[in-house]
Amino acid sequence: MYEFTYHRASGLRQATNLLGKHEEAKLIAGGQSLLPMMKFRLASPSDLVDLNKIEGLNGIELTSRALVIGALARHAEVHVSPEVQQGIPALAALAGLIGDPAVRHRGTLGGSLANNDPTADYPAAALALGATIVTTKRKIPADEFFAGLFETVLEADEIITKVSFPLPKKAAYQKFRNPASRYAIVGVFVAKRPSEVRVAVTGAGASGAFRVPEFEAALQKRFSPKALDGLSVPAEGLASDIHASAEYRAHLVGVMARRAVAAANG
Amino acid sequence: MPAVSMTVNGKAVRAEVDSRTLLVQFLRETLRLTGTHVGCDTSQCGACVVHVDGVAVKSCAMLAVQAEGAEVLTIEGVATGEALHPMQEAFRQNHGLQCGYCTPGMIMTALDIVRRKGHELDDQTIREELEGNLCRCTGYHNIVKSIAAGARAMASGDPALKAAE
Amino acid sequence: MSVTGIGAPVRRKEDFRFITGAGRYTADIGLPGQVHLHFLRSTHAHARITRIQAGHASRMPGVLAILTGADIAADKLGPLVCGWMIHSTDGSPMKMAPHPTLPIDTVRYVGEPVVAVIAERPDQARDAAEAVVIDYEELPAVVDPATAQRDGAPQIHEIAPRNAIFHWQLGDAAAVDAAFKQAASVTSLDIVNNRLVPNAIEPRAAIAEYDPGTESYTLWNTSQNPHVARLVLSAFVGVAPEHRLRVVAPDVGGGFGSKIFIYAEEVVTLVAARRVHRPVRWIADRSEAFVADAHGRDHVTKAEMALDRDGKILGLRVKTIANLGAYMSTFSSSIPTYLYATLLSGQYAIPAIHCAVDAVYTNTVPVDAYRGAGRPEATYVVERLMEVSARRLGIDPAELRRRNFITSFPHQTPVIMSYDCGNYAASLDKALALADYAGFGARKRESEARGKLRGIGLSAYIEACGIAPSQAVGSLGAGVGLWESAEVRVNPTGSVEVLTGSHSHGQGHETTFAQLVSGRLGIPIESISIVHGDTDKVQFGMGTYGSRSGAVGMSAIVKALDKVEAKAKKVAAHLLEAAETDIVFENGKFTVAGTDKSATFGEVALNAYLAHKFVGADLEPGLKEGAFYDPVNFTFPAGCHVCEVEIDPETGRVTVARFTAVDDFGVVINPMIVEGQVHGGIAQGIGQALMEQVVYDEGGQLVTGSYNDYVMPRAADFPLLAVDTTVTPCPGNPLGIKGCGEAGAIAAPAAVMNAVTDALGTEDVPMPANQLTVWTVLQRAARQQAAE
Ligand SMILES: Cc1cc2nc3c(=O)[nH]c(=O)nc-3n(C[C@H](O)[C@H](O)[C@H](O)COP(=O)(O)OP(=O)(O)OC[C@H]3O[C@@H](n4cnc5c(N)ncnc54)[C@H](O)[C@@H]3O)c2cc1C
Ligand code: FES
Ligand code: FES
Repeated sequence: MYEFTYHRASGLRQATNLLGKHEEAKLIAGGQSLLPMMKFRLASPSDLVDLNKIEGLNGIELTSRALVIGALARHAEVHVSPEVQQGIPALAALAGLIGDPAVRHRGTLGGSLANNDPTADYPAAALALGATIVTTKRKIPADEFFAGLFETVLEADEIITKVSFPLPKKAAYQKFRNPASRYAIVGVFVAKRPSEVRVAVTGAGASGAFRVPEFEAALQKRFSPKALDGLSVPAEGLASDIHASAEYRAHLVGVMARRAVAAANG
Repeated sequence: MPAVSMTVNGKAVRAEVDSRTLLVQFLRETLRLTGTHVGCDTSQCGACVVHVDGVAVKSCAMLAVQAEGAEVLTIEGVATGEALHPMQEAFRQNHGLQCGYCTPGMIMTALDIVRRKGHELDDQTIREELEGNLCRCTGYHNIVKSIAAGARAMASGDPALKAAE
Repeated sequence: MSVTGIGAPVRRKEDFRFITGAGRYTADIGLPGQVHLHFLRSTHAHARITRIQAGHASRMPGVLAILTGADIAADKLGPLVCGWMIHSTDGSPMKMAPHPTLPIDTVRYVGEPVVAVIAERPDQARDAAEAVVIDYEELPAVVDPATAQRDGAPQIHEIAPRNAIFHWQLGDAAAVDAAFKQAASVTSLDIVNNRLVPNAIEPRAAIAEYDPGTESYTLWNTSQNPHVARLVLSAFVGVAPEHRLRVVAPDVGGGFGSKIFIYAEEVVTLVAARRVHRPVRWIADRSEAFVADAHGRDHVTKAEMALDRDGKILGLRVKTIANLGAYMSTFSSSIPTYLYATLLSGQYAIPAIHCAVDAVYTNTVPVDAYRGAGRPEATYVVERLMEVSARRLGIDPAELRRRNFITSFPHQTPVIMSYDCGNYAASLDKALALADYAGFGARKRESEARGKLRGIGLSAYIEACGIAPSQAVGSLGAGVGLWESAEVRVNPTGSVEVLTGSHSHGQGHETTFAQLVSGRLGIPIESISIVHGDTDKVQFGMGTYGSRSGAVGMSAIVKALDKVEAKAKKVAAHLLEAAETDIVFENGKFTVAGTDKSATFGEVALNAYLAHKFVGADLEPGLKEGAFYDPVNFTFPAGCHVCEVEIDPETGRVTVARFTAVDDFGVVINPMIVEGQVHGGIAQGIGQALMEQVVYDEGGQLVTGSYNDYVMPRAADFPLLAVDTTVTPCPGNPLGIKGCGEAGAIAAPAAVMNAVTDALGTEDVPMPANQLTVWTVLQRAARQQAAE
């Protein structure tokens, strides 16, 4: 790691000010993505602004229309939360598939979305569920939030405070793990919402999570795995590495989507 | 250099540290509690697992300064006095360790599994819960057995007898 | 069998410190004033070093010294060496290229250490290393061993045209040709034995201290064989004379071969300690270990088996290219030769075998022994050929093996080895029963009903352990004999210290060796300590690898115990006022035959030191004896492993559904520990078959350089393993032990791949059969079917 100055923020305003004051400052939440990157010297913030002691950022609230989860909610909390299990069980299940138990005790929802790792799980859920990311400055629809590999539309001094997930009628997530890193080679989140069906894919895209309009249209007509027969995503533009070629990923998107629909139908 | 204070294995400690000091480095180098190991640099092996405020975390993926005010439990604090903890005893009885390098992390993870999942643990649950702990020696077989036995022994409160199955 | 003697599942003595966090590994040692060393490593696979600028870095905070190849050369330290001479077929010696500790003008693989920075704190050393500027002039690189042999391939070392290290062969080529002419059928296979990274969970580490007063060094390091390390560091590298270099290997967190070798990092750490007059510590990061530790396997093989009409094997022809990486590591030359080709007879009576091995340099990390070392590669060749032959001939694979088993012993194979004993049908039968081989069909149908493919595969392996009879290996090129030493010290209070040249890094010697002594001397196991891993305490030893600690290390202890008993009888005779020939030693008691006069072992131990009472006796005080044991032969553990896999055809994911192992390790000292060794070996073997693989890109960059890309087996990758044994005691050593450390890693890959190919219905499946590979194979099959 390079040297940095550590700040323990006690409130959002202080945190925002610190971010504004130091150009190379970065927030730290769970640290499960940032610290490994800093250890490899791939990130070199001059200052770290720690969100962990800020009160009120980890609440989980279930209303009649949405599930609202604080940015600092740990993956482990989301996984076992009765509110999440009742409101969007697929999201609780997804949280339980992130990394391992110790990672889940630290890693946060806000950190995961802000990090926008192309193989992370939460971005697929945010897109498929039509989530709204609430920050210290504004409310951003998930469709507009992600901006390419490890990039989001967040400004340098903008902090995610919570995320609102509208309740779907049905949803499920299927993850096919990278055997080494355990992130998703392909993860597909399918949500049947009151007005539409959404299918979001993580792991496969060369520039981050994406939706599959063709699948969505087909499932809109008939929410059944059969509806996806004969449909596939093109391999062009998908990620390719030693663990999965683009063709393999394209194939897996279809398999995982069918399995997700089947799981959502119970 | 920032100062940090926390409670480690029941003892209050305070030290000045370079802010980039990881919790694991603080434990090993500053406090000389070398039972917590480092086996990787990608936070995947679990050799460094300790409990912070009652839950298992990877001490290589947390800054020492982030543990300000926390209760930290390491492998050195698991046994009470001379008596081994039932989970430790279970590892011994079931040959759950060979070189011993992964063992502290395995035991700290095992205790966390019991906290969350209770005392009756089936094989598959244990194996999935060990997602973040690598062992190169045992093939995990006897680690899985040890954790199941240790979990049961913790329920009965009779370390030696129960751990031995 | 007593509760703690041979054969008892004694709980391990060493466990207490490990489960309480009190183990003491190299990185746990904190010396006052210690400073930290960081290596700047080559980012190029092959390049000329044109300039190293370290001026700015050397003035950075905390920096104490920066060392380059020029500094090591100025200290006149010799190159690192390979200790086993192999001669090519034409009689020429292997082309061992100079292996400088730090390179002066050329780097030859990504990760080769180039500059060492020593600083007060680890991060300071790293900061400064980043400020060192190395100018490289890139050279073309080659990573593929077959390509490396071709004309026009980049040449890595001046002395090795076409990168050839040796062209070696074993066996009778003419006899094999004749056998193939008579064959009713020939099975041929192209096989790649994938390159692996050993990945002991404790990364390598070293701490060196220099005492200017006595001009002597102490090195604590993660070694499987501290004495050999000292010998090489002294005699070949020339760091210090042997008597002024102490090497300590404290608790070591797994080795699997990778901690046998003498590496550059230890040498540089020693040099640095002298230069900065402070204890210097180097601890490898995991990603560093991926390039700093020798890799394993990496063979490309063409193998053919000739059979007659009844499925009897007539001959075997094997041609292997072995990739040894950019330099020859300590034992690298012996692995693809004498530890490989000599095992190609497997468990079978094969009249004619010929094996040709080309060893080549490539721009990759050096390759050396990894758990099994040569024997997994041999087993993979033989057992894949057996399975494929059986399928082609329509004979049950178990039956084909049975037809070819060696049944009388000793058996001389055409490839040097003389098997002393074994009962291969017994382990096969037991394994088939335990695996419910007969019930496979029903399980397969059940899988198919769920849309899954299921396959079963066997692997009837043999290995040569107990390395090794010194004269035999000496005649084959080994630079040292491979005996073992032991010293038994009996204290006046009757407690015993056993000093052994073996080294435990997970194997549990502190327990098994104590079991031997406890049983023999009739004293409680708690009164015995096993001392190992310190050249100041143990005079000499060859260390632990090749499953040699039991068969060789314990045999040395037996020899020393014989001497202790003989001496103790003298003392007892004096004490009991009887003739020495009348003394009987049994169950920890010395008795005068035919009387009830007796003395306990403790009494005799005490009296051995009470020399003032030796009036009139011709007795030397003390009770301490040493012995060296040189084995008469290798030992030959063998057995049968059965694997059953289930494959999800939609994703290509392979699940190991069942795994059964029945091994014959001869006499078992501690069944609990033996089972543990088997489990661990199987996990590594399944890892090789389904997950693990080193990948280089064409330019020589290591793609699988961390746990994010190199697949490590996890708990959920395995089913419960069914493990059992059969016993034919080894006639070659006093305890009847054969060795158990490597069986799993040797047997499992073939069993798994035989199961995978059975499930997929094609033999053309490369290792590791990971999900992408299997899916690709299934796609190919689907396309072929569509075309037909
Ligand atoms: C071994 C291991 C395995 C893992 N496996 C998976 C996996 O399978 N799937 C998966 O999805 N993830 C995985 N992760 C990553 C993990 O989920 C992280 O927790 C997550 O990606 C980042 O969350 P964090 O709270 O740890 O963020 P941090 O690491 O603290 O921060 C990440 C980034 O987000 C920014 N940030 C943090 N909080 C906020 C906020 N509130 N507002 C704005 N910006 C913010 C930070 O500045 C930083 O740039 C794994 C991690 C590890 C170590
Ligand atoms: S050292 Fe922390 S997970 Fe490996
Ligand atoms: S016991 Fe050696 S790594 Fe687990």
